[in-house]
Amino acid sequence: MRYIPNSPEERQEMLRGLGLGSAEELFDSIPPDVVLKRALDTPAALSESELLERFEAMAAKNAAARRPNFLGAGAYTHYAPTIIDSLIQRSEFFTAYTPYQPEISQGTLQAIFEFQTLVCQMTGMDVANASMYDGSTAMAEAVLMAERVTRRQRVLVSPAVHPEYMRVSETYVAHAGIELGRLGFDEESGRTALDPAALDKTVAAVVVQSPNFFGCVEDVKSFADAVHAAGALLVVVVTEAASFGLLRSPGACGADIVVAEGQSFGVPVSFGGPYVGLFATREKYARQIPGRLAGIAYDKEGRRGFVLTLATREQHIRREKATSNICTNEGLIALAATIYMTTMGRRGLQEVAAQCAQKAAYARRQLAALEGFSLPYSAPVFNEFVVRAPSDAAGLLRKLATEHDVTGGLALSRYFPERPNDILVCVTETNKRADIDALVAGLRQT
Amino acid sequence: MANVPEGLYYSKDHEWLRVEGETGTVGITDHAQHSLGDVVYVELPKAGESFEAHATFGSVESVKAVSELFLPVAGEVTEVNETLGDEPEKVNNDPYGEGWMLKLKLAKRGEVDSLLSAAEYEDFIKADGE
Amino acid sequence: MTITKAATHVTQNEALVFERSQTGRRGYRLPALDVEETALDELLPAELRREDDLEGVPELSEPDVVRHFTRISTWNYNIDLGLYPLGSCTMKYNSRLNERVARIPGFAALHPLAPEEDAQGALEVMYELQRHLAEITGLPGVSLQPAAGAHGELTGVMMIRAALDARDGTSSDEAQRRKVMLIPDSAHGTNPASAHLSGFTVKTIRSTPEGLTDLDNLRELCASGDVAGLMLTNPNTCGIFERNIKEICAVVHEAGGLVYMDGANMNALVGVARPGDMGVDVIHLNLHKTFSTPHGGGGPGSGPCCCTAELEPFLPVPRVTSGGETGDTRFALEYDRPQSVGRVKAFYGNFGMHLRALAYILTHGNEGLREATEAAVLNARFIAAGLADTFDSPFDSPPMHECLFTDKRQSRKGVHTLDIAKRLIDYGFHPMTIYFPLIVSGAMLIEPTESVGRAELQQFVDAMKEIAREAVEDADTVLNAPHTTRIGRLDEAAAARKPVLRWRPAERAAGA
Repeated sequence: MRYIPNSPEERQEMLRGLGLGSAEELFDSIPPDVVLKRALDTPAALSESELLERFEAMAAKNAAARRPNFLGAGAYTHYAPTIIDSLIQRSEFFTAYTPYQPEISQGTLQAIFEFQTLVCQMTGMDVANASMYDGSTAMAEAVLMAERVTRRQRVLVSPAVHPEYMRVSETYVAHAGIELGRLGFDEESGRTALDPAALDKTVAAVVVQSPNFFGCVEDVKSFADAVHAAGALLVVVVTEAASFGLLRSPGACGADIVVAEGQSFGVPVSFGGPYVGLFATREKYARQIPGRLAGIAYDKEGRRGFVLTLATREQHIRREKATSNICTNEGLIALAATIYMTTMGRRGLQEVAAQCAQKAAYARRQLAALEGFSLPYSAPVFNEFVVRAPSDAAGLLRKLATEHDVTGGLALSRYFPERPNDILVCVTETNKRADIDALVAGLRQT
Repeated sequence: MANVPEGLYYSKDHEWLRVEGETGTVGITDHAQHSLGDVVYVELPKAGESFEAHATFGSVESVKAVSELFLPVAGEVTEVNETLGDEPEKVNNDPYGEGWMLKLKLAKRGEVDSLLSAAEYEDFIKADGE
Repeated sequence: MTITKAATHVTQNEALVFERSQTGRRGYRLPALDVEETALDELLPAELRREDDLEGVPELSEPDVVRHFTRISTWNYNIDLGLYPLGSCTMKYNSRLNERVARIPGFAALHPLAPEEDAQGALEVMYELQRHLAEITGLPGVSLQPAAGAHGELTGVMMIRAALDARDGTSSDEAQRRKVMLIPDSAHGTNPASAHLSGFTVKTIRSTPEGLTDLDNLRELCASGDVAGLMLTNPNTCGIFERNIKEICAVVHEAGGLVYMDGANMNALVGVARPGDMGVDVIHLNLHKTFSTPHGGGGPGSGPCCCTAELEPFLPVPRVTSGGETGDTRFALEYDRPQSVGRVKAFYGNFGMHLRALAYILTHGNEGLREATEAAVLNARFIAAGLADTFDSPFDSPPMHECLFTDKRQSRKGVHTLDIAKRLIDYGFHPMTIYFPLIVSGAMLIEPTESVGRAELQQFVDAMKEIAREAVEDADTVLNAPHTTRIGRLDEAAAARKPVLRWRPAERAAGA
């Protein structure tokens, strides 16, 4: 095996040096009745070229990867500058472990500190952690944190939160004694409807997503006062991080916890992962935050460095009383997002967001003008919107894919069987006008 | 050798209690702060809360450990040492003085009899260390 | 406090990106907008738009960004540089070929909500990986959804909760009583944290003087009748195979509980022994340990769950299934599993890691997988033998893929495990795992993996012996280590007392 440095001969010598006759004897402490007495029934070894051929052949079956697509709903196709992948492939970053030895991990630690700062700037919050697995688990952790902070057990979630995020939270709280309730939904505007009467002293948090799952930008600020008056926390979920470049930050709207999916920041859609969850909150809740945190520290000479800090919140010390069972962060993906935000910078992040919004507005106008198509919601959108087709959306999209080679969006029936004709369309800066026109023309013909 | 001043009461959980009339002052011992290492955070209750004897009233954190704090006797908290929020190092530097944690109105004066004297506590930590 | 620069060397003094920022610099160029522009107010009313103009976000040119991250990268130790013997972490070689596979556009550009018929290749990858992991563990039910070890662990423990509830009923007295999860005192901290999140109460099992799970203590705890299950690591966190594993599982099963195994140490077992054959009900694997997906400075991981046929109905949804040999929808996502614990993550898991792990399995082949296990255990034995006369070993049992020593002899001279670890840095090695497992005072857990040659193993042994000599003859050198790094030991207490967790413009003033 070419990844094993010691040759079979060297290994024989080492075995002899240990007084062992064969490799089998290395496993003498395993009782014979649990030793596997046959070879594993997995394939024989492939050479490098054979392996690439196999994977290329499987990749070729993913027809959707080659088409222009208008899919969003939690994963977004944005352009990632070349230097991101080149930098994250440096051995020093991708083959390092968690920075437990700060003297020889300052690169990773400084990058985490920069990531935390950038996340604070995007979300408008005071403190951010070193990242969570993804947006969905970050939301579940926010729900758990709200319970810790308020000691209340009811959390009200907007029905316009990503349905998969909702499912994940349901799993996480199943045994935590937390009840997940639902807020209302305004079918005219496409926004969450909050009845202030529902906010009593049992409510730990209100969770809203903006832009919401249907693409509508919520009036987050209008929720904040009512939520705070009830002594509850306002949790804001963002699945499309590119929107930070244009929309008012959740922090400026009064959010107490902001969780987001950071995949839009230079991370490939890669069939759903790995992505990176952003988690930010107010200063006063810093000790309740789950996951790793990097902070500034100085050595004896007064030189500035970075360490993982406030570790006493975490599982390896507090064990069952920890703020979360999370151990890893999404280190390399958080680094990719850091490099993306740094490369695009203050101006680029705004320009990407503006282009997304402009192109989405164009596509929305064109689609709305199609015979039989309509826009069901009146609220402003960022780069996603629902368009209601005259017939079954899944069937239309299938025809569009096979006959016009365009993945036209998401049939909402996947999550909401009661919305058979609705298509969720997402437009980013990577969608050319010609692609949008092809989408519109294709739908006109199908 | 840990400093164990005379005139205080001690618990086997390494808290000390100073009694002045109906009021008790509580902190952790020099021995405790020494085994914890650099204290970085102290979590304390609010004035007005009442606790039974041996109840957990807070926690003290060092860089890589967290220990619960147990009240030696029952009582109602009348005052907590707010300065520990900004300067938790006082627990290390002056555990019996500026590093005090809370004052309470003793519920049962007789409870102090179950606590250790300075000499008894010294013997206790000696035995504990062996 | 005045802040001193690390050195005059520029690459050692790289500032934060925020401190490097210069107004007007650009590192990007987008294509010109190719649609008619809509007035901003028409797009979004002003009260929904950002008003801070992203103040504080850096402005840098492309070379600025490349230099910045390249410079700070050089402050990291990494596997490609040398031995990274972190016990329990399995820091093995991360193949470049696997990186290439994960970046094939047909995978990287595939949206997770693409219709199943247009994503058959991706589903095939997942299905095939599931099959191989089932064979390797001897446990037929597999979900690739969990994103990391602790996440897989949470999933496994939730499955135990769901299976017991399905068996006993959620309202019966039995269900009320089965709340106790048994966890050895030597376990990873994630174990009790995951058990707690799943609604279990944790009870700790003692270890024997040999470093094994105490069977008598286990029987005692099981006799109480409230045991839901046991979480254990095998080989355990002392690097020793639990030779009574079958009996341990039988005791728990007889008591009506289920056995969860933490797969952190599977690198000692692949191709040699299978958890399914030992009586384990559910396990999580760490693809980032055993199957070489890169650790990336702390993630992403991937923590698939493998379980018995009996527990399969409780795995997370969706499941990746195969409906037949051919056709457009040969592989499918199945959601209709009413007994499932539910979803633990959006979409299907860290697919990029699934690709790399499958590439690892296919590159090794079945024989290569066993060969890697043998080489990993042999390397650990080599270190164990090399250090046996110099460092105290708490247990006599022969180690598997990692060996455990303590600072017992050196601490008499005032040199502790932390000092030994820091001094290793000066010899060019990453330190081993220290102060874990918690039950061993001054623990040093060393896992070389199969990815290191004989000469380098010997260099490591020599370095450790040299440090032991220094501890006696020149303790100060060890106590003040490391001496060769850009910065010295950092004041972690001060950092935790007044945490500074982000840059703010004021920091610029302090740093100038």
